[in-house]
Amino acid sequence: MPTRTFIEAIRETIAGEMRRDESVIVLGEDVGKKGGVFLATDGLWAEFGSDRVIDTPLTESMIVGASIGAAVNGLRPIAEIQFADFIHPAFNQIVSEAARMRYRSNNAVGVPLTIRAPYGGGVHGALYHSQSVEAFFSHVPGLKVVVPSTPYDARGLLRSSIRDDDPVLFFEHKKMYRSVRGDVPDTDYVVPLGRAAITRPGTQVTVIAYGLMAHYALEAAERVEEEGISVEVVDLRTLRPLDKETVIGSVRKTGKCLVVYEDNRFGGYGAEVAATVAEEAFDYLDGPVTRIAGPDVPGVPYNHVLEDWFMVDPTKITAGIRKLAAY
Amino acid sequence: MTATRQRAKAAPHLGAAAGLDDDELLAMYRMVALARAVDERMWILNRAGRIPFVISGQGHEGAQVGVTWALRKGHDWIAPFYRSIAMCMTFGMSARDIMLAQYARASDPSSGGRQMPGHYGDRRHNLLSVSSPVATQILHAVGIALAAKIRGTAQVALTAMGEGLSNQGDVHEALNFAAIHKLPFVFLVENNGYAISVPAVMELAVPDVAARAAGYGIPGVVVDGADVLACYVAAKTAIERARAGDGPTLIEAKVTRLTGHSSDDQQTKYRTEEEMALEKGRDALPRFRDQLRAAGILTPAVEAALTEEIAAIVTDATEFAEGEPDPEPSTAMRWVYAEDWPSETPPPWGFGEGDDDAGSGSEGGGPAAGGD
Repeated sequence: MPTRTFIEAIRETIAGEMRRDESVIVLGEDVGKKGGVFLATDGLWAEFGSDRVIDTPLTESMIVGASIGAAVNGLRPIAEIQFADFIHPAFNQIVSEAARMRYRSNNAVGVPLTIRAPYGGGVHGALYHSQSVEAFFSHVPGLKVVVPSTPYDARGLLRSSIRDDDPVLFFEHKKMYRSVRGDVPDTDYVVPLGRAAITRPGTQVTVIAYGLMAHYALEAAERVEEEGISVEVVDLRTLRPLDKETVIGSVRKTGKCLVVYEDNRFGGYGAEVAATVAEEAFDYLDGPVTRIAGPDVPGVPYNHVLEDWFMVDPTKITAGIRKLAAY
Repeated sequence: MTATRQRAKAAPHLGAAAGLDDDELLAMYRMVALARAVDERMWILNRAGRIPFVISGQGHEGAQVGVTWALRKGHDWIAPFYRSIAMCMTFGMSARDIMLAQYARASDPSSGGRQMPGHYGDRRHNLLSVSSPVATQILHAVGIALAAKIRGTAQVALTAMGEGLSNQGDVHEALNFAAIHKLPFVFLVENNGYAISVPAVMELAVPDVAARAAGYGIPGVVVDGADVLACYVAAKTAIERARAGDGPTLIEAKVTRLTGHSSDDQQTKYRTEEEMALEKGRDALPRFRDQLRAAGILTPAVEAALTEEIAAIVTDATEFAEGEPDPEPSTAMRWVYAEDWPSETPPPWGFGEGDDDAGSGSEGGGPAAGGD
């Protein structure tokens, strides 16, 4: 089976979808000749031309707003926001418009739109090239939020997102672009939205994570195995709609739940997961639902010592697992 | 009609310059008058306590009908705004459709009763759903135009808004992009001189919004919004240009706002009686009526029949909407997404008090909500 880096899987998937469906277009900053600042769209401009691969001005609201209009009139745009940190000028278009269009028109108009954005820290990106923004958007009914962790899932989920009839935010951890490799079959498989995956079975503690943290959770699970702690890892893959069934099912089995996310702890996405587990699996819990998450500072600091302090890593997750397992 | 045609020939033919025949002129006038009559009925219903909210298009109808008349119905697209009642009716929405929105009925084609009145939209007529955050729709129209260009559909997309809305950043981003790509797009600014209570001099450092077009390298045209035919001609030129691939045009129609901003606004607090009386002279409805009368197109007989017809339409629309059912709470969670998701569960109280079905509707909705 062919092996791909995370970004290769994404790039090939976009190209494949553009070949399969001529209504798929790409627009964003530097996505054309340059192929994107991370090269996620490299080669697309040469193959599909400037009608379908559009370099935009530095106008995030326009990128999303015009994509909404294009989606209404028969296209399936893939909008690239160069860094998730810069998505905020488009917040109104995403939250007030894309998310609400189907509901407010009573299903007369849908917005088949995929918004891709690299997120996450650990790459010396500091306050404005490291943010995790999934909590803002997962809060909003009408949006789907996807965070893949493997090249296999990236391909399968991106296909599902592009083919979906609703707006999808597709967040890609930039640290994984070249550091994560994996098997990616050449078949036209999809990974359905709204389904989590149990990436490691275990019996004593459930660790729930997504994106880069799904990898770190697996590393941490391996480390504590030697100490006799059996950890089940749930990779959410889609944050909204949340796969409650898999989450609750796992916690009912293990009786303990640790939620891991890279974003600031307060009001982060993991808080919703923790609340859901507390409400729906209370009778099965043998310890408090706990979280390992980023510190509550306004951004990831640049200096490497400070950045290391900020970032959730396998060691910090391991400590969280040990503490929970001791209950 | 033969008689009116002969009389029109004697005088300079009113529609000649615009390429409109008498029947079309009469149809345009009918639309201006109908939109006004529907609008006026909305206010009566509001003041009578029948409907909670009105946002009005009175004073804008001439520009809206004139401009919209130049588009291809059922082919082109409009992203309207909350004063676009005459525009939406010209593009295909009926008086019943407008009243259903006023009453927020289940059969309201704009939103099924989900949105406030004035948030028009009708997919059957290529009218995009209006939201309340202002000027966002210009980007949607530009995106529609982008898709039209890429797909080669020969469609034109138009958006409309007031001069107040035109100050939003989305307008800059939209015009810049539309101009770069010469998109088939027309931007109509209906300048009524006020953003709720703030006068134009406090909104704009230039007298005309149209002056801003120069910064995008596109034509900016100022037209008298009370002159229906001038609006039609300006739009026709802009639309032909857009369809030919020559890019967007900004049309600024100077209109007047004959009512408060909405039914919740008291405009006497910031406008003088003198000013408001003067503004009535800038109303397209009596001006267009006088033009058609003078041209012999709107004869007393035609006018009487029209008045009767319009009254009947408005009454029918009101009675029809009044009699339509409200939406069911059991539908309130539909169409968040194209499909239902088991994890997107209703609240603990289900879908209605005392409803025998509430139990099944709220399944998994308690504190231990399952959704599974």
